[in-house]
Amino acid sequence: MKPLSRLMAVTRKEVRQMRRDRLTFAMIFGIPLLQIILFGYAINTDVRNLKTAIVDEANTHLSRDFVAQLTATQVTDIHVHVSTVAQLEDLLRAGEVSIGVAIPHDFDRRVADDTRAAAHILVDGSDPTIVGIADGLRNLPLRFDTVMEKQRTELIEVRPYYNPERRTPVNIIPGLIGVILMMTMMIFTAVAVVRERERGNLELLINTPVTSAELMIGKVLPYIFIGLVQLAVILIAGDLLFDVPVRGSVLDLYIAGCVYIAANLALGLFFSTAVSSQFQAIQLTFFMMLPSILLSGFVFPFDGMPQIARWIGEALPITHFIRLTRGIMLREAGLGDMAAELIFLGVFAFVAMTAAALRFSKRLD
Amino acid sequence: MNIDDLAIQARGLSKDFGQLRAVDRLDLDVPRAAIYGFLGPNGSGKSTTIRMLCGLLTPTEGSANVLGVDVPGHAGDLKPRIGYMTQRFSLFGDLTVYENLQFIAEIYSIPVNRRAARIEEVLENYDLVEQRKQFAATMSGGQRQRLALGCAVIHKPELLLLDEPTSAVDPQSRRDFWANLFRLAEAGTTILVSTHYMDEAERCHRLAILDHGAKVADGPPQELQRSTGMTIIEVLADDPYHAQTAISALPVVASVTQLGIRLRVLIPESVGDGLEQVRKVLSDHGIDADSRLSSASLEDVFVAVTLDEKQVAA
Ligand SMILES: Nc1ncnc2c1ncn2[C@@H]1O[C@H](COP(=O)(O)OP(=O)(O)OP(=O)(O)O)[C@@H](O)[C@H]1O
Ligand SMILES: [Mg+2]
Repeated sequence: MKPLSRLMAVTRKEVRQMRRDRLTFAMIFGIPLLQIILFGYAINTDVRNLKTAIVDEANTHLSRDFVAQLTATQVTDIHVHVSTVAQLEDLLRAGEVSIGVAIPHDFDRRVADDTRAAAHILVDGSDPTIVGIADGLRNLPLRFDTVMEKQRTELIEVRPYYNPERRTPVNIIPGLIGVILMMTMMIFTAVAVVRERERGNLELLINTPVTSAELMIGKVLPYIFIGLVQLAVILIAGDLLFDVPVRGSVLDLYIAGCVYIAANLALGLFFSTAVSSQFQAIQLTFFMMLPSILLSGFVFPFDGMPQIARWIGEALPITHFIRLTRGIMLREAGLGDMAAELIFLGVFAFVAMTAAALRFSKRLD
Repeated sequence: MNIDDLAIQARGLSKDFGQLRAVDRLDLDVPRAAIYGFLGPNGSGKSTTIRMLCGLLTPTEGSANVLGVDVPGHAGDLKPRIGYMTQRFSLFGDLTVYENLQFIAEIYSIPVNRRAARIEEVLENYDLVEQRKQFAATMSGGQRQRLALGCAVIHKPELLLLDEPTSAVDPQSRRDFWANLFRLAEAGTTILVSTHYMDEAERCHRLAILDHGAKVADGPPQELQRSTGMTIIEVLADDPYHAQTAISALPVVASVTQLGIRLRVLIPESVGDGLEQVRKVLSDHGIDADSRLSSASLEDVFVAVTLDEKQVAA
């Protein structure tokens, strides 16, 4: 009975302090909403309206037709017409346009000649996405009365299952849940112990009968609840703003969420016992955040990464959680289909929590 | 003294921080139900000793037995029986006075049916009734220290360890604070208190003076005052500055302290004619002064025992 009541005392105290800390309270709702809106609207791999400059040295019926087609794709936004290729290059270098189209004076003849390129598209190669887009422009069919239209029949047809309209938010939001929960949960607890150390509360606390485990678990409990509230905020915002579906069971999603939240809280707590200032704690969470965003499959496809990056990715809780959320939300998978991922998260949470409780000694030296 | 009559017994207690020896082979015998004072300059090892006694720091050498429990080995058994007031305010600034007391009461598992009454009692005893709903962070220094003491005693510990509990407290509040300590000691609580204040040290039943981590004096304050080993001479001079310069030049003088227009001169008792030497050097310099023997105050004791070896030899 005593351990339980002490644990509840710690939890009650944490909740009281949290309620009075406006910044923390704002973070609970602010971070998820801000991130959803940022990622949902800003990250769009479906690129349109790239600023384009054109030099049309041919100025024939055919070349003007070609420019009209370029405009019609909506990928390019014809920004300026210039008269020489050198001017085109200047604009590119200055970053004023992303794409330059150079149509040589013998354009009509080149179109008819299969061995020579009819026009050149100069691309700002410093942005990898734009290069990919420009590559797509190559396949633009040229309609020309006297030249047979080159008809390509596709050998392979791609069918995007689970996201047929290829909407970016549908791909991003399940992963974003992982990123948002990691960020908030880890920051909350990473400062939890070290803050009390800095304020001097710890010297008093460790002189009371409260045990390390009671203190650690008592501190974590309220944040699990907050994490679940955040999960709800993200799901509702995802549905209202971007129409992101939850095709599988919401309960499954919440169970996975619970375990993932616990894993992050435990890791944050472990960090908190290892550092000596709140500043260090924040640094450590950022150190953790970068690989989590890059190597988890959130940004780059997991299987495309080098072996070592995949090993690191496998060790991160977020990788497993993103697989779970994508599975449950988009592919209508159940937890049973992905039990290994859930077990990994559970084991991770347990190990990190134990490490935190062991690392937190009731001593000062 | 029998071990059963002792609340704390330490033998050869030492603590090193790297190269620094913060506490040096300390022997302590603190009788039960007594107020035992720790007097010493900054960095003399008072806080470090207190932390070792409650199991927060592991001694480099030596052992301690607190309330019959060996520390740091079994410090866990000790926690419910001791109260510790840290040198730095360590309660929660973003909780109210009541909430702080409530949290500490819950942590010490005071039974629910007695908890509220006990909190009221503490609020009453430590004059915190009006501050009940005030955030701890917004309280004055003296109020905070009353709250800290209230929290340290809420579970009625057998032993109280107070680390400079009255720094930043006005003299009136200090008197009230000490009235509380005497009441607790009368009720059987053993109190170990560290301080910089002579008037507080004088109130202790027994006193240990620490210097550079080592105990340089130990005993009831009156006894320490009787046995300084120093002749104390008080000099009343119109020109204390020049008088001090002249007296300091005497090789036998261990220390000269100016208190207003008075000077207190400490000369080892082994020097038989201290008073004569002082009078002579003053008249040699043509300084008009009245010099006479005085009895040792606790401050003189403190100065005498914390003198550098070199100074005494000189
Ligand atoms: N954690 C630590 N690491 C290194 N040195 C320490 C540590 N704690 C204390 N010290 C050193 O040990 C010595 C004794 O410190 P302690 O805090 O016990 O002194 P104190 O008598 O309480 O002084 P004060 O009156 O200023 O509170 C000091 O020189 C201090 O610098
Ligand atoms: Mg101290």
